[in-house]
Amino acid sequence: MAKTQVRMSVNGREVEALVEPRTLLIHFLREQLSLTGAHIGCDTTHCGACTVDLDGKSVKSCTLFAIQADGASITTIEGMANADGSLSALQEGFRMEHGLQCGFCTPGMIMRAHRLLKENANPSEEEIRFGISGNLCRCTGYQNIVKAIQYAAAKLSGAPAKEAAE
Amino acid sequence: MNTAVLTRAEREARLEGMGCKRKRVEDIRFTQGRGNYVDDLKLPGMLFGDFVRSQYAHARIKRIDTSKAVKVPGVLAVLTAEELKGVNLAWMPTLAGDVQMVLADGKVLFQNQEIAFVVAEDRYAAADGVEAVEVEYEELPVIVDPFKSMAPDAPVLREDLAGKTSGAHGARRHHNHIFEWTAGDKAATDAAFASAEVTIKELISYHRTHPSPLETCQCVAAFDKIKGELTVYGTFQAPHVIRTVASLLSKIPEHKIHIIAPDIGGGFGNKVGAYSGYICAIVASIVTGKPVKWVEDRIENLTTTSFARDYHMTTEIAARKDGTVTGLRVHVLADHGGFDACADPSKFPAGFFAIVTGSYDFPVAHVAVDGVYTNKAPGGVAYRCSLRVTEAAYAIERGMDILAQKLGIDPAQLRLKNFIKREQFPYQSALGWEYDSGDYHTAMNKALDAVGYPALRAEQAAKREAFKRGETREVMGIGLCFFTEIVGAGPSKNCDVLGLAMFDSCEIRVHPTGSATARMGSKSQGQGHETTYAQIVASEIGIPADDIVVEEGNTDTAPYGIGTFGSRSTPVAGAAIAMASRKIRNKAQMIAAYLLEVHESDLEWDVDGFRVKGLPEKFKGMKEIVWAAYHSPPPGMEPGLEAVSYYDPPNMTYPFGAYICVMDIDVDTGVYKVRRFYALDDCGTRINPMIIEGQVHGGLTEAFAIAMGQEIRYDEIGNVVGGSFMDFFLPTAVETPKWETDYTVTPSPHHPIGAKGVGESPNVGGVPAFSNAVNDAFSFLGTTHIQMPHDHWRNWAVAQRLGLHR
Amino acid sequence: MIPAPFAYHRPKSLAEATALLGQHADTARVLAGGQSLIPMMKLRLAAPDHLVDIGAIAELKGIARKGDSISIGAMTTQHELVASPLVAETVPIIRETSLLVADPQVRYLGTVGGNVANGDPGNDMPAVMMCLDASYRLLGRGGERRVKAREFYRGAYATALADGEIVTAIEVPIPRAGHGYAYEKLKRKIGDYATAAAAVVLVADAGKISQCAITLSNLGDTPLNAEAAAAAVVGSSLDAAALAAAAKAARTIMAPAADTRGSVEYRTYVGGVMVERALKRALARSKT
Repeated sequence: MAKTQVRMSVNGREVEALVEPRTLLIHFLREQLSLTGAHIGCDTTHCGACTVDLDGKSVKSCTLFAIQADGASITTIEGMANADGSLSALQEGFRMEHGLQCGFCTPGMIMRAHRLLKENANPSEEEIRFGISGNLCRCTGYQNIVKAIQYAAAKLSGAPAKEAAE
Repeated sequence: MNTAVLTRAEREARLEGMGCKRKRVEDIRFTQGRGNYVDDLKLPGMLFGDFVRSQYAHARIKRIDTSKAVKVPGVLAVLTAEELKGVNLAWMPTLAGDVQMVLADGKVLFQNQEIAFVVAEDRYAAADGVEAVEVEYEELPVIVDPFKSMAPDAPVLREDLAGKTSGAHGARRHHNHIFEWTAGDKAATDAAFASAEVTIKELISYHRTHPSPLETCQCVAAFDKIKGELTVYGTFQAPHVIRTVASLLSKIPEHKIHIIAPDIGGGFGNKVGAYSGYICAIVASIVTGKPVKWVEDRIENLTTTSFARDYHMTTEIAARKDGTVTGLRVHVLADHGGFDACADPSKFPAGFFAIVTGSYDFPVAHVAVDGVYTNKAPGGVAYRCSLRVTEAAYAIERGMDILAQKLGIDPAQLRLKNFIKREQFPYQSALGWEYDSGDYHTAMNKALDAVGYPALRAEQAAKREAFKRGETREVMGIGLCFFTEIVGAGPSKNCDVLGLAMFDSCEIRVHPTGSATARMGSKSQGQGHETTYAQIVASEIGIPADDIVVEEGNTDTAPYGIGTFGSRSTPVAGAAIAMASRKIRNKAQMIAAYLLEVHESDLEWDVDGFRVKGLPEKFKGMKEIVWAAYHSPPPGMEPGLEAVSYYDPPNMTYPFGAYICVMDIDVDTGVYKVRRFYALDDCGTRINPMIIEGQVHGGLTEAFAIAMGQEIRYDEIGNVVGGSFMDFFLPTAVETPKWETDYTVTPSPHHPIGAKGVGESPNVGGVPAFSNAVNDAFSFLGTTHIQMPHDHWRNWAVAQRLGLHR
Repeated sequence: MIPAPFAYHRPKSLAEATALLGQHADTARVLAGGQSLIPMMKLRLAAPDHLVDIGAIAELKGIARKGDSISIGAMTTQHELVASPLVAETVPIIRETSLLVADPQVRYLGTVGGNVANGDPGNDMPAVMMCLDASYRLLGRGGERRVKAREFYRGAYATALADGEIVTAIEVPIPRAGHGYAYEKLKRKIGDYATAAAAVVLVADAGKISQCAITLSNLGDTPLNAEAAAAAVVGSSLDAAALAAAAKAARTIMAPAADTRGSVEYRTYVGGVMVERALKRALARSKT
């Protein structure tokens, strides 16, 4: 099928490329833009490892064609660190609270948590669990992911962060 | 920084050595999306391969027509068994002494079996090519019930084994029989049963499931025609073993094969063995002269790479009326699918199933395992289970609950009565293992106290009465599990993989300015080795963990190892790390003695250097000693500071734990709620408590999923049911219970740092705890054994059979 | 995992969309949120030659009160339904149901139009729209027409949509203020289709039910309108006998598939339990 041009903003940078209509956004990001942070973990839109932030929405980039994202503004995990290179509150929280092990679900999980905290700056544990229910993890059992998100919520709202007790 | 002004505690803290909750090194890159996973790799000219797979579970391949596929734009070639036969690779050996088709050779034996490999310029063209291949089949009768596989008129599955009355593990008594493996004293056990006051006998099945790491299996194979060298990047839990296998299969010598396992997105046993995708990618690279990437999708992963479990265990316990056990007898029917592709040590076709005596002092026991072929995917691997230990733990823990119920004894009391006592360790089990250490009573009592066990039983009794009066439609279950598992394969005297002894290794090189590089033969897939291994080295040689880089997975640089599975990293590689570190420390001691002008024996090790006994101000820190090794070594001593250790463990290690699950089940819908789950683990010396807790959380979540619905099933004609995440039960954060973790510490006496390993304990102990909870919930209504998985539907069906529905 | 190739169209108006669908007939599929269609295309269970993306058509968005009804544009996402104060105030059962559909990411893109129009027996919104006696506005080359939700579903993936027609909006009559409602969905986990689900909208006066509608999801080839079950509770205060009668009546019209969620027997039984629980919750919520 003939390729079409798409234009979008990814992590604050304007990009332009040629895609087939059927090119999935996840493949576009990973293979054409070399943004390999978002991952593929399933075939049926369940696992959420491909989650990115698109026009203020958490979306599973495996279930969107790149061409549908024409004109959109996308943030991926590669765009999450602070301008000075330091880890964002969520990235720091995941590290401080041991919210990851193999790291494969982590980019999608952090991108989803990022939007979750914008929807709800101070979510309860139940709200966090419901809020990340579109992201599967095989390693952590979610408990420390909840703590990681709570850490980030506290830090973002200015409360003193509680480190995982020594 | 002048270490002399820091207190001892500060100096220890600075090292971030063993015992502290060191934050993970890996997280810096993972949280930024800078992990380096196989599918992230892009090599110049790289092609993509994808499989044509069988529609049927058992069929002859009459014709494969690739003519349309090769015309699809972007498709370069289509490999079938014919092409592979040319390089003698149509079949490959398995780690279990069997052989397996790489591509269908005349017939297929399970649905989705690989038939052809399409090689194209990109994955989209490869997918189009796959669609364009036409296959003509002649369907054959299917076996999916292992209990029917050895019927006299059962169809022949393995025509390639026609006439072979023995296999890698001895005699075969039927064309679908693989092996019979036994352990223990049959005569003494039979005698114990014959004279027993009480016996129980139950068919306890551990259903087929799949490790399903979030990243599927994948590789990039690149053959360099000019150098005659093969490089394969892949999801390999055992990179060196893959290198040796690749060499044996391809005839390329090992020194010209480079295997690199980069970051791996979870393994859980799924990524130990070799798969068709790896072989086909290698052949395609040789044929095309370009790198070839193969990435399986999720459905392929769940339905064709190695499954786990599928053990049907007829479990018998003999006992006295007072509950003292007198004998254990287990027969297992093991369903291996179309090929026996287990990843077990070669002398153990049923893994370490002989741990089935569990935590109990059985005077006699006997086990017999019959492996059979069926029309299902080949395997099975150890899904976070150390080689059939999950199966064994399930059999014995269900068995003890069944016995408790029959005798009317509380299941906690029955366990306490029969535990191996602390003073009996090292303990020789009736099935031939020497358990290294344990203090079961302390652990069990700690667990029972923590959950308020007597109050829970009282609550349950009251709820049962309320249920009988019709005041509630919920039944409450308390599930206990006290597991002993066996990990850390294993001593060369009885453990080998394809003849390779199951040692592991560590090589440490300390650099002149005081930092170090350490490499091991294991391979993390999320367990945090870069963080925890450095902690071991830090404690042993007094260099801060932050100054030690840990590398695994590249066979060019890492010393030979058998990889990470069966919880063997801490017991075996961890021991090698300690031993290599001690060689360095010993040399450092000699250098320090020379610098301080004393005899070595006048020195004592003090956190990060050596101090003269009785003269505390005479101290040489490691930084200075390291520099001296390169600058001015003592006369007669080689400069430099490095060491390597290959560790042949004298024994396996035996972690144990007490898990308690409290569950409520709604009999009208089958919906369960895990009210509480308490897990006490004893893994000996604890290297990083934060990481241990994470391992337990993750393993319990896998156990929860398995017990409560995760399964791979087949219908009567061999179609896979539940082969995608639509149905394969992986709980989200909403369904997953909250975990309470606790611990005791009983070091392993034979391990250099006393550590036993913990990664698989929660899966071993978790499943029986959940299943016992469900069984305990219904037992007052007359059930003896309810089969897993305990999903809503099947819980409801139990209630239905009990006549509980109006 | 890779869809078959197709030509992509992104019309800017309804007229352009219907023209394209008319032109390409059954070689074209409508792309709304894509959260049902794209997964099917990735498994190559659907392989249209043309995709008509209706996401740029402004008239398809928006939730507005129109007299006694709420009009919901077909391209309204589940997320927008959850966030809408108008929906929460006037037809809260829709909000409750949206939160039970799929997961947060899929809700950001998945549309109510897609959920009601494709005839997938597993979807939740069809039964809820039937319960509310909503109507769908359809647009094709022949012009506009309205079809009641209760008359829209013919069989699995078979609806009253004619070739080239799309759903443009859903019109929901606003239930009486203080009405009782509940969507009771039994599922294995977040994101799963219902093992069994029941929607109830009722009006009660001093605890006695005067109006009631009960519909069922994923318990047959189509969503089901359990009229006899509803009739069985009208006039009652939902005593045990009325509840049992409703569950029994509902069960007689169920014909669930046996699948990994459970046997026909199980799903029918719990379908009745969902009816009972939805009725109880709805009555407890009613404020009249």
